[in-house]
Amino acid sequence: MKFTEEHEWLRIEDDLVVVGITEHASTQLGDIVFVELPEEGDTVSKDDEVVVIESVKAASDILSPLDGEITEINPALEDEPSKVNEDPMGAGWFFKIRPSDLSQMDDYMDEAAYNKLIS
Amino acid sequence: MVGFAGFDMPVQYPLGVMQEHAHTRTKAGLFDVSHMGQVILRGTSYEAAASALERIIPMDVQGLQPGRQRYGLFTNPQGGIQDDLMFANRGDHIFMVVNAACADADIKYLRAMLEPDISIKHLENRALLALQGPRAEAVLAEHHPAIRDMKFMDVETLPLAGAECWISRSGYTGEDGFEISVPTAAANDLAQALLAHQDVEFIGLGARDSLRLEAGLCLYGHDIDENTSPVDAGLSWAIQRARRAGGARAGGFPGAERILDELTGGAEKKRVGLRPQGRAPMREGVLIFADETGDTPIGAVTSGGFGPTVQGPVAMGYVPTEVATAQTIVFGEVRGKRLPVEIVSLPFTAANFKR
Repeated sequence: MKFTEEHEWLRIEDDLVVVGITEHASTQLGDIVFVELPEEGDTVSKDDEVVVIESVKAASDILSPLDGEITEINPALEDEPSKVNEDPMGAGWFFKIRPSDLSQMDDYMDEAAYNKLIS
Repeated sequence: MVGFAGFDMPVQYPLGVMQEHAHTRTKAGLFDVSHMGQVILRGTSYEAAASALERIIPMDVQGLQPGRQRYGLFTNPQGGIQDDLMFANRGDHIFMVVNAACADADIKYLRAMLEPDISIKHLENRALLALQGPRAEAVLAEHHPAIRDMKFMDVETLPLAGAECWISRSGYTGEDGFEISVPTAAANDLAQALLAHQDVEFIGLGARDSLRLEAGLCLYGHDIDENTSPVDAGLSWAIQRARRAGGARAGGFPGAERILDELTGGAEKKRVGLRPQGRAPMREGVLIFADETGDTPIGAVTSGGFGPTVQGPVAMGYVPTEVATAQTIVFGEVRGKRLPVEIVSLPFTAANFKR
């Protein structure tokens, strides 16, 4: 699993990458009440704003960590955005992307480096 | 923590906004609102101070009974609102609570308008706590049984945890509750004594905002400001008959011409409740359109977010009076998309006062 400075996690699953936000980020955001996800089939570039998270405090943008095509979004978040608080690294995932350049993953931190960042 | 009017204030305590909100609606929430300005106006008598204050606010101050409190507005010459406040008849003087961000300007304004016949004292040695929610009465009554005899908007002086407190049965959440002015030196002890009760939790600014929003209460500088009149804002109820056309002391306050006109003829715009049909919150500044395609907005959201009790997004804003009818569908533009919003009557959650 890889981590971005924007507090996203990336998990390789066959030829796809699953993206979500970290426990640290979900705690900092507070109670999440709405998640706006991209559409399946969208072609996105690294750093595009692909997800909007609204917490009881504010709205935050999540940037795409990779170039690629969105192949699946987490349908559960529409009705239960609180899953991002309850299980950010599991059931609270945002989307799956088919990366066009998997080497972009190399730019990101491993778990040890990420834990150091947030400590 | 966030900075607010020179104070560091917590957005949330460990419970988090959602649970703090729910706790206040079901048990009792304790709020430290010491940033609010506490002011005493004193003349030769209550009546003298009241008649002076009536020169600058459109409320019936003289008719307010001892031991009672009212909501008030400082209006400007254009009929807009300079600040909102609570004021109480405390026998021989008036006690006022004004907004933190406006306090210095309010004091200056009061001095310019009312002195030398009225003394104006900004109390900087008193804190202000609010205990709000259905369990507030039972919790406070453990400290003084006379709490149970107070009704909504009554004010009393009672000792709590050994300190002389000025208590009003009022608040900013739509729930029954109390606001307690306590000497600063005794404030921590009182707060700790209240928090020791299992039904009481500390509540931060985040839940304070979502509670007042669901209760349809205005936040100064957002839902009301120098450009909105009391009638625009749906606050006509705060202007008693004595100050209206044909009343015993009609007019005679800043902006009376516009405000009295609007009280009979209506205003051009109106503050309404807005219930987004989807799940996306519509926050302050979201533009409101009559339809999905028109270029010109008809209004804007002035407060908005997620309502934990409503379990969905809630907002308030201004729309032209002709569309300000419950069940009308308008559109809010969020991130470039026009999303349907239903105009609803306020509040979103029924008030729970002890009248």
